[in-house]
Amino acid sequence: MNTPLKAYLYFPKSETEKPIICHLIRDFNLDINIFRGKITPDEEGYLSLQISGDAQDIERAFDYLRAFNVEIHAGAVGLMWDAARCTHCGHCTAHCPTDALHFGDARTRTMAFDETRCIECLACVTHCPFGACISNF
Amino acid sequence: MIRTWAEINEKIAAGKAVVLTADEIIDYVDRKGLDAAAKEVDVVTTATFGPMCSSGCFLNFGHSTPKMRITEAWISDVPAYCGIAAADVYLGATELRHNDPANVDFPGDFKYGGGDVIEALVAGKKLQLFALSYGTEDYPRKELRTWFDINDLNQAIMVNPRNCYQNYNVAVNTSNRRIYTYMGILEPNARNMTYCSAGQLSPLLNDPCYETIGLGSSVWLAGARGMVYAPGTQHCPSAERGDNDVPVEGAGTLALTGDMKQMNPEFVRAARFKGYGVSLALGVGIPIPILNADILRRTTIRDRDIEACCIDYAHDYPQKTGRVLARYNYAQLRSGQVSLNGKDVTVSSMSSYHKALKVAELLKAEIRDGRFLLSQPAQLLPREGTLNGLAIKGEPR
Repeated sequence: MNTPLKAYLYFPKSETEKPIICHLIRDFNLDINIFRGKITPDEEGYLSLQISGDAQDIERAFDYLRAFNVEIHAGAVGLMWDAARCTHCGHCTAHCPTDALHFGDARTRTMAFDETRCIECLACVTHCPFGACISNF
Repeated sequence: MIRTWAEINEKIAAGKAVVLTADEIIDYVDRKGLDAAAKEVDVVTTATFGPMCSSGCFLNFGHSTPKMRITEAWISDVPAYCGIAAADVYLGATELRHNDPANVDFPGDFKYGGGDVIEALVAGKKLQLFALSYGTEDYPRKELRTWFDINDLNQAIMVNPRNCYQNYNVAVNTSNRRIYTYMGILEPNARNMTYCSAGQLSPLLNDPCYETIGLGSSVWLAGARGMVYAPGTQHCPSAERGDNDVPVEGAGTLALTGDMKQMNPEFVRAARFKGYGVSLALGVGIPIPILNADILRRTTIRDRDIEACCIDYAHDYPQKTGRVLARYNYAQLRSGQVSLNGKDVTVSSMSSYHKALKVAELLKAEIRDGRFLLSQPAQLLPREGTLNGLAIKGEPR
């Protein structure tokens, strides 16, 4: 099994009633960890996931998703850290449970964001006084 | 006296001044020894970057045709104070946008306010002015709505009654519910703590007895050549001090002013605190002239030698009990974890050491290049004085 892949998916209004994730697991042998999501009938929806599985299975699963007009943002998390807006105060470090937000350079206290560690709890969005952490949805 | 203000300025003007940051000077003096270093170093640059609520600006719009004596004004829906001359207003950093629900639906988000307007102005963005008046014979216009940016203004002068607190509280919450403060969200049962100081880089911690920083001192205010125009509000030199004369609580403050048209938007940043309100974070740099070895010695202060008081913001802070739960030095605080009553507590900062370091470096470069001369204070900051509370009294008979 390869390194888990992060992705977020946008669902058009028409597809929110289909059990798509169920098929990803059952038909493509994928392990799916849902970070967060909003799937409401008759509304656009999103899912932010971590996907583990065989690379070929993932590719087949993505083809399956595309057939439903689901927009795939592979390798991306639904949380954006805007380095230019960040003032590097480090206030978020006390609230980030996985240290995705951390001091990259201890001497100059320069913040860094490790996307692979982000689980999209959105604590940083709540705590950052400068709006440096932005949820994509 | 090793050198005078005038001698330092001569060296700066000639591009020959030896300038180090308050961060660099620590190791430098360790290596060279105090007396040798004092003979070499002319200036130490100090700096801070953090939320400074008592900030704001005077703006002059010039006159419309016909003229208007503005009595009420909103800039991008944020109210500005108009109780001054016709086309002048004062906009404060913590002013909320008109119709902001504040904490009606607690905790409020406080999405936009005075700090955002000031940030947008310095960033050169277009803003909307809406103004009303009762109309007079010499100022007949009663209403206007227009768009402007900072270049359209005659003056945009930042005038901040209280910046650069010498030291500050460490905030914690010992209650069993989450609280929302200007020191950030404090989780229940002392799950986190916040502090707000640049510590060993901070201006007044490097000149604890106000020997060089005073009224008329040139300061680097968000990139503009500003100055100290008064002791800041709540300046309280009589605060408790350690053996090194460094206060362990708020103590001194500075009132600063500077031309917003010269400011760098990187160092003028709106801040919002959920459940509390809006504010403005500023970068301030202040040079310290090394007139003698003792002044140099003061600038070698380290984070581990500066203590701050940990206060319970759930009860002791709002109720002014004066109780201090613990004291920590800034080396402990910066480590990200301290112990309170035997329990480990996560600590984070509201002040950016990273940006403060950048300000100290920028100021150092300006002085080295001969672009920033020092000015001897016209008057020193008061070294005595206490802070009054407000008594709630009945109407006098």
